[in-house]
Amino acid sequence: MSFPWAKHYTPAHPFMKWMDDRLPIPRLVYNAVGGGYEVPRNLNYFWNFGFLAGLCLVLQIVTGIVMAMHYAANTAVAFDTIEMTVRDVNWGWLMRYAHANGASAFFVVIYIHIFRGFYYGSYKAPREMVWLLGVVIFLLMMATAFMGYVLPWGQMSFWGAKVITGLFGAIPFVGEPLQQWLLGGFAPDNAALNRFFSLHYLLPFVILGVVILHIWALHIPGSSNPTGVEVKSSSDTVPFYPFYVAKDGWAIGVFAILFAIAVFYFPNALGHPDNYIPANPMSTPAHIVPEWYFWPFYAILRAFTQDFFFIPAKLMGVLAMFGAILVWFFLPWLDKSPVRSGGYRPLYRKFFFFGLIPAMLVLFYCGGAAAAEPYVMISQLAALYYFAHFLIIIPVVSAIEKPLPLPFSITESVLGKDDEAVLDVSAAPASAV
Amino acid sequence: MAETEGVRRRDFINIAAVSAAGVAGIGIVVPLVSQMSASADVLAASSTEIDISAIQPGQAIKAVFRKQPVFVRNLTPHEIEAANKVDVASLRDPQTLEERTKEGKENWLITMGVCTHLGCVPLGAGEGEVKGEFGGYFCPCHGSAYDTAARIRKGPAPKNLEVPKYEFSSDTVVKIG
Repeated sequence: MSFPWAKHYTPAHPFMKWMDDRLPIPRLVYNAVGGGYEVPRNLNYFWNFGFLAGLCLVLQIVTGIVMAMHYAANTAVAFDTIEMTVRDVNWGWLMRYAHANGASAFFVVIYIHIFRGFYYGSYKAPREMVWLLGVVIFLLMMATAFMGYVLPWGQMSFWGAKVITGLFGAIPFVGEPLQQWLLGGFAPDNAALNRFFSLHYLLPFVILGVVILHIWALHIPGSSNPTGVEVKSSSDTVPFYPFYVAKDGWAIGVFAILFAIAVFYFPNALGHPDNYIPANPMSTPAHIVPEWYFWPFYAILRAFTQDFFFIPAKLMGVLAMFGAILVWFFLPWLDKSPVRSGGYRPLYRKFFFFGLIPAMLVLFYCGGAAAAEPYVMISQLAALYYFAHFLIIIPVVSAIEKPLPLPFSITESVLGKDDEAVLDVSAAPASAV
Repeated sequence: MAETEGVRRRDFINIAAVSAAGVAGIGIVVPLVSQMSASADVLAASSTEIDISAIQPGQAIKAVFRKQPVFVRNLTPHEIEAANKVDVASLRDPQTLEERTKEGKENWLITMGVCTHLGCVPLGAGEGEVKGEFGGYFCPCHGSAYDTAARIRKGPAPKNLEVPKYEFSSDTVVKIG
């Protein structure tokens, strides 16, 4: 699973040799994120976001475990235990706001990570499995974030839970029993709060497991790069340690500064004031909105206002919302272009920057706005483009587009020439074994 | 060898063992799935009695049924007339007021206070709340408007406000559930 020129792990200390013969964890780490993992030399800053996503997961697990030490999942006291954590527990305010803003940071990072994949064609062969596992992680993140938002048992928590579990009620025949089964009752109550807490604690560790598979699958072919040209020779790569460890360290610094600004100066900027009102099943807030990271998908949900033949509008909205993410699973096979990177695909690049990105931003805005005209119609148009982009535009563009000439190798794209790869015929592209 | 004919002893043991494991697996999954359904204490609280003696014509109250709001409304003759004037065939969820109330008690409109779109509590039951352009209920979340028989007339909701199972225990007490 590495290039032939990758350095081998050679323990020097007798203890490390002893360890290596019995439980070779240091060897595993060395080959995964140490000097033994060879990475293309031309990665740009967008390649830092995978590492940052991992950092966010660790941040959420650590602060989340602390929060769970002070939280009680009971509708009578849940709201108060969060407030007491913030007010009375030593450093509780820091843990709470780091956890709440950490979720937002995680989604910022993951959206950049996903759109990096869209632009540079990271989902293409031989990395389809990396992509598919990534979409699974994203779905798990959404489920985890949703259930976490319910735990403070404020007005938005309660009504968010009611609306989202109400989506399952749209499914024909089994919808209502399914909804009651999910909630353990007829409306969100103690049973629902308890199971959401249980699953909110479990799912991050499931995510951690899938992340390990995601990295494992990535390390079979090795990391992609901005040219999309596969590694050909040793001059195309540098070892992960020290080169990318240092670069990721720099990324941590930038991330930490931005994160600290959010936590210390704007801890509630991304929250909703209504969630500081304890849950009241008898009164709906005037404007129910999910957390910002769900807005594009919430806009798609609400864009369906007309029945479609025999399918009711509500069910159509639910199907479309889930379909908007499920369509990503098919992306590696919808995009048939042999060229990976958007940098060498003039037509694809235009649709990415002037189609997909604006459509996402419009959906994002409309998802946070009130469900009134003109936002409903604008969401309908943007949702139409969104699905057309994946299901029509990408297959058609990949068939008719004339790509720009690709560089011979990564080294040539960086230095303008690549003597080594030309001379060294033994280092064939298939060397990634 | 004789064992090549018919069912071999080893095949039998294999099938028997896998079948037993399968049955045991189902036996494990059933309680694991079923435990998530509404528990006995939740179901025990699933009926409620409401005193309606104080509700004057034109007034409504919000009560709690299964942890959800239920609207009990005493319709005025004018509201009943407005509901009966509507062409039922033109409705999204065609129902008459008679079908949505008990015989001889057409003025008592008892519905869940849960919008059939995404589950918000519509306005219109409380004193001074807007009733929407059809004079019944109005959901502020996504603009669904219900008429005086709580039938959906406008907006994204697919169905009329649900009429729960209920009966009149006496002239002044309604038992819901």
